[in-house]
Amino acid sequence: MRKNFLYLSIKDSLFTGLIALALFGPIVGLRTVAKNEVLVVSPKWFIVLVIVIVCALGRFLTNLYIYNRDQKFGIQSTIGKSITNFLDTKGTQIALSAIIFSVIFPFLPFTDRYLMDIAIMMLTYIMLGWGLNIVIGLAGLLDLGYVAFYAVGAYSYALFAIHFGWSFWICLPIAGIFAAMFGVLLGFPVLRLRGDYLAIVTLAFGEMIRILLLNWYQLTKGPDGLTGIPRPSFFGLPFKSFPDEGEQTFHTFFGLEYSPMQRIIFLYYLILVLALITNLFTIKIRRLPIGRAWEALREDEIACKSLGVNPRNTKLTAFAIGAMFGGFAGSFFATRQAFISPESFTFIESAIIVAIVVLGGMGSQTGVVLATVFLIGLIEVFRDFESYRMIAFGGAMVLIMIFRPRGILATRKPTITLQKKEATK
Amino acid sequence: MLLISKVETFYGNIQALRGVDVKVNSGEIVTLIGSNGAGKSTLLMTISGVNKASTGEILFDDQHIENLPPHEIVNLGISQVPEGRRIFSRLSVEDNLRLGASAYEKGKNFDTDAKDVYDLFPVLKDRLNQRGGTLSGGEQQMLAIGRAMMARPKMLLLDEPSLGIAPKLVNQIFVAIKNINKEKKVTIFLVEQNAKKALELADRGYVLVNGNVTLEGTGQDLLKNKDIQAAYLEGGGKK
Repeated sequence: MRKNFLYLSIKDSLFTGLIALALFGPIVGLRTVAKNEVLVVSPKWFIVLVIVIVCALGRFLTNLYIYNRDQKFGIQSTIGKSITNFLDTKGTQIALSAIIFSVIFPFLPFTDRYLMDIAIMMLTYIMLGWGLNIVIGLAGLLDLGYVAFYAVGAYSYALFAIHFGWSFWICLPIAGIFAAMFGVLLGFPVLRLRGDYLAIVTLAFGEMIRILLLNWYQLTKGPDGLTGIPRPSFFGLPFKSFPDEGEQTFHTFFGLEYSPMQRIIFLYYLILVLALITNLFTIKIRRLPIGRAWEALREDEIACKSLGVNPRNTKLTAFAIGAMFGGFAGSFFATRQAFISPESFTFIESAIIVAIVVLGGMGSQTGVVLATVFLIGLIEVFRDFESYRMIAFGGAMVLIMIFRPRGILATRKPTITLQKKEATK
Repeated sequence: MLLISKVETFYGNIQALRGVDVKVNSGEIVTLIGSNGAGKSTLLMTISGVNKASTGEILFDDQHIENLPPHEIVNLGISQVPEGRRIFSRLSVEDNLRLGASAYEKGKNFDTDAKDVYDLFPVLKDRLNQRGGTLSGGEQQMLAIGRAMMARPKMLLLDEPSLGIAPKLVNQIFVAIKNINKEKKVTIFLVEQNAKKALELADRGYVLVNGNVTLEGTGQDLLKNKDIQAAYLEGGGKK
């Protein structure tokens, strides 16, 4: 029995090696180089060999130590169980300490401009992840075009702020409403779709919005993007080093020295508050009939219908509210960058947000935070090694999928798990 | 109370119901028996509005309901306990009950209605915070019936409540169905494969074969019928 298993693992690894060879052989191995104005194929078989060996060996090891239920080294279960247990029992304390840490973070001695920028970026993704978690985690609708609402929020914020000169606090809700309307717009045609069909349509929707932004030159300035988006002010007090005659600014009002960090810190707290509102909203709405209906819809649509839950309204509200938070995050992005272009709203953004939600464990709010810190942090760490960034990103995803197939924090605990057979004993 | 006449329902090109006529009077327990694929579940889904009848009429309290969406039909007072229970396995028992109540006044009377359900199935009260999926088959069926009762129905449609459940619990569930009918004055339309149990409980019964009603009569008459004994009662209601 044992021997047979070893034999099967080796066979399986060799097969994996073959697939890797077929994939990476042409992609990596055959490289065209320009030589005397002619393209010449320069083979790189050594790298291909390394990749194939890594794949086959990796497969062999996962077969032996992770998918093999009989052996003693239950890496997967022990690590996973201890993480989940820890977070289950200490969940509230951890969340509270995380919030306290985020509040005092700007004033910690080691915090500098660079760390603040990363923190703001992470919080933006956390907010987007929480927003998308409403659609994917609660309502179970796989939305691959979430970046569209982020874009709608950013552009509506920018356009209203530039053309009408309205302040951040007026433009923010408007951007949210616009995004929500686009959510309903997407929701209507996909009411009957589920699963992979829904994913494809939402993917196309995301691209459509980006292409629209790119080509509607009169409104969006196309690829040139929108510049000069007003910076947010502290309840009417702008952040400026040299105020105009008689103008009150943030630092003169509070009698402080001017420092560019003041604005950064303000932006940081702004996104922190927005993200926490998103989280609080999600936690509250789960206890309300509408939130319960979302989760029920994820579980069983036919049962929902027979209980009198209206699936149309339930789906549309999920899309609209998820989109609204995407729109809020978009407004923040626009005001922070002061410049937006369709470049910022490509599919890869959607993919990262979906990855954050899925890897975090669908439906888990804390999981979103962990996954964001992990993924965005990883991207940042590898900023200096630009070409290896995506390899690290992909590798991290593979590792999570091997060790925590239901996400870092799986709230959707399986109702039936494979266990050792007891009946046969 | 419920009058179904000449109802035909299709799945794509396949005709599942071929002109079904069924009448359920107020306060009755009526059962529909038939083998697999006869169209029993389709008929219930058509009454609930989940599947649409292509022709024919369905009247509930003299009101046409064949073209209403499912949630409006539930609001009129018809609740269904779907086949295979279909409880929300990753939601708590309480959330399942609350979802059932969402049709009736958005769950305003949750506490009093839930108490009625606990009286019917005391086990549910002990399991309120458990996930639905962790209940046993019989308890899940109780939850599904309780969930449907939360909408304060005038009429309860039950689709194979004995399916895949331990015999002891089946008896308990049938007692509960009788209680719902007698004490809560809820009219029952029961679809069953366990023909013996169903006919013993029911005031009247219908036999559905290939989308047609072939026989009808009182529960006792049908139990004595030779054809039914041969087709559905051999082996006496499967233990």
